[in-house]
Amino acid sequence: MPSARSLSRSRLIWPLIALGCLLLFNVFFTPNFFHIEVKEGHLYGNLIDIIKNAAPIMLLAIGLTLVIATKGIDISVGSVVAISAGTVAILLGGDLGGVPRFPVALALIGAVLASTAAGVWNGILVSRIGLQPIIATLILFVAGRGIAMVLTNAMVIWIYVKPFAIFGQGYWLGLPFSIYMVAGLLLLTWLVTRRTAIGLFIESVGINPTAARFSGISAKNILLGVYVFSGFCAGLSGLVVCSTVMSADGNNAGNLYELDAILAVVLGGTSLNGGKFYLLGSMIGALIIQTLTTTIYAFNVAPEISQVVKAFVVYGVSLLQSERFRRSVSGMFVKGRATA
Amino acid sequence: MTRRLLDNRNLSILVILGLFVIMFGYGSFAYTGFFAVQNFLNLFIDNAYLLILAVGMTFVILSGGIDLSVGSMLGLGTMIASSLVTKQHLNPMLVIVIVVLVGTALGFFMGCLITLFELPPFIITLAGYYLARGLCYVVSIDTIAISDPVFQSAAHSEIHIIGNSFVSPSAIIAVVVVLVGAYVLRFTRFGRTVYAIGGNEQSALLMGLPVGRTKIGIYALSGFCSGLAGVVFTFYTLSGYALDGKGMELDAIAAVVIGGTLLTGGSGSILGTVLGVLVYGTIQVLIVFQGTLNSWWTRIAIGFLVFVFCALQRLFETRKEATAVRGASRTSAAVAGGG
Repeated sequence: MPSARSLSRSRLIWPLIALGCLLLFNVFFTPNFFHIEVKEGHLYGNLIDIIKNAAPIMLLAIGLTLVIATKGIDISVGSVVAISAGTVAILLGGDLGGVPRFPVALALIGAVLASTAAGVWNGILVSRIGLQPIIATLILFVAGRGIAMVLTNAMVIWIYVKPFAIFGQGYWLGLPFSIYMVAGLLLLTWLVTRRTAIGLFIESVGINPTAARFSGISAKNILLGVYVFSGFCAGLSGLVVCSTVMSADGNNAGNLYELDAILAVVLGGTSLNGGKFYLLGSMIGALIIQTLTTTIYAFNVAPEISQVVKAFVVYGVSLLQSERFRRSVSGMFVKGRATA
Repeated sequence: MTRRLLDNRNLSILVILGLFVIMFGYGSFAYTGFFAVQNFLNLFIDNAYLLILAVGMTFVILSGGIDLSVGSMLGLGTMIASSLVTKQHLNPMLVIVIVVLVGTALGFFMGCLITLFELPPFIITLAGYYLARGLCYVVSIDTIAISDPVFQSAAHSEIHIIGNSFVSPSAIIAVVVVLVGAYVLRFTRFGRTVYAIGGNEQSALLMGLPVGRTKIGIYALSGFCSGLAGVVFTFYTLSGYALDGKGMELDAIAAVVIGGTLLTGGSGSILGTVLGVLVYGTIQVLIVFQGTLNSWWTRIAIGFLVFVFCALQRLFETRKEATAVRGASRTSAAVAGGG
């Protein structure tokens, strides 16, 4: 994507530096971090694991980038992942012999449709009823997990259908299959937003919805569209999550993913105040988060505690995006120089 | 105009009161043993912690903000309380003070970030949600049981009020919090400033009100309530578990919104919030009495109720805006015609 590079070169540099620093840290402190070998016909190693584990977050982040560009937020994505996983698990059934209840293709379509429907619900609440995005998506953030639990009857459903494993565990040309899903969705989204005016429309809605409306953009439909798309992305992500563990657990599938995905988008340079968005930046953001998580694991810290680290990363990044904070810091700097 | 506004406010209280009476009435008709004074008092006993959270949340939402961290903060409270009492054998009274102080401090910290650096409340408190939850696991990954006599007696003692009906100490704490909250909101400068900020922050600032200080105070207050709710929750479960209070932020927001407080801030009351909590509790009891639905249906029902009440709020707002615009254009037309 040559034009994407020239477009966001200055913006991509910071996330790339952050990723570089994290990797550099691991060069020194984590043994064998960069070791890659060929096992059973595909690449194997920490870096491949990072890409593989980042895939569900990357899928979510693509959808969330567009939502945040409209000055919105979607905190329901983690719960929608659980809905998608629950739906596909039910449609495939828990048959021990691996005979799916419905054809695999039908199950996949069903799961993605269910999550897209969740996106439609969010989109209608935000665009037609006019609820604040945080409240609108908070409803599914909590109720969505309830729906997933009711779907799976509050049990973990195991899947024994072999072909379904490809999304989370399969490899193609030596790389995890899920990364091709990310690449495909990214390319598609990039083409639609950057090769047509839709990307510009989304940014204009984020910067000033009233002005956007006056210039003939249907702000309502753009808003509806981004939430629907976010639900769709969460559906794909749910397939990968479910396939990785070959089971659907309404309580834990996609748990905390919303924070990771929001963090990925914000680290990638897209502001929470809406406006310009950077799809590639979000992808780098997702890699940063996964590298951070892997690094924390490498130090034998309980995975749940990594939330504390991530929370402070959110605080740091929000502060950097705050006009007031930047002014007061630069003010300190100028004052310091004046006295020196 | 003022009278009509007042009527609107009373109307929303009446609507929610009506909803509560209908639901409680339905339960009394449909299930034997539902209609009893004790059952009504149980609503306070079983939802004491939610009542406390909701009072803090009312202040936050009235000011036009949001606090998504309350559920995790409650969890953190239970973890700190149980680990200090069971593992460190500290004086239980001291433990309660520490828990409440930790909650207040975290709320103060978030309030400072939101106010001093003009950061969006939802993202800061969302990070707080994960921070507090992560800290729970720092304290312990396992459940910690409490066998301390003070906590035991707080959990088991029954204070009789009417005949055989009783309330628990938790319920009394909750009612005290409600009363103090209502007093502060209605009769103190702090309370009036909260309403003013929610009505229009810019105007409040121009009126010379201490907006920054009050906003920090609001989030600190919400943190205080979360800490206290954590203590009360341990009276209820006599243990600390890192997942305590999961999803409770929506319950608290739901109670506030159902109680008629506007999500955009500036209008609402503690009385409404109390009724909101009672409606929430009644839904739970109804689902228990119904028997065949699993408890996850409560989550879905609450999500749905939040949706209905938010949608109604928006409907009223847009209608009000529409009348205002129509009125304004009529005036300007008249002026133009006159000119």
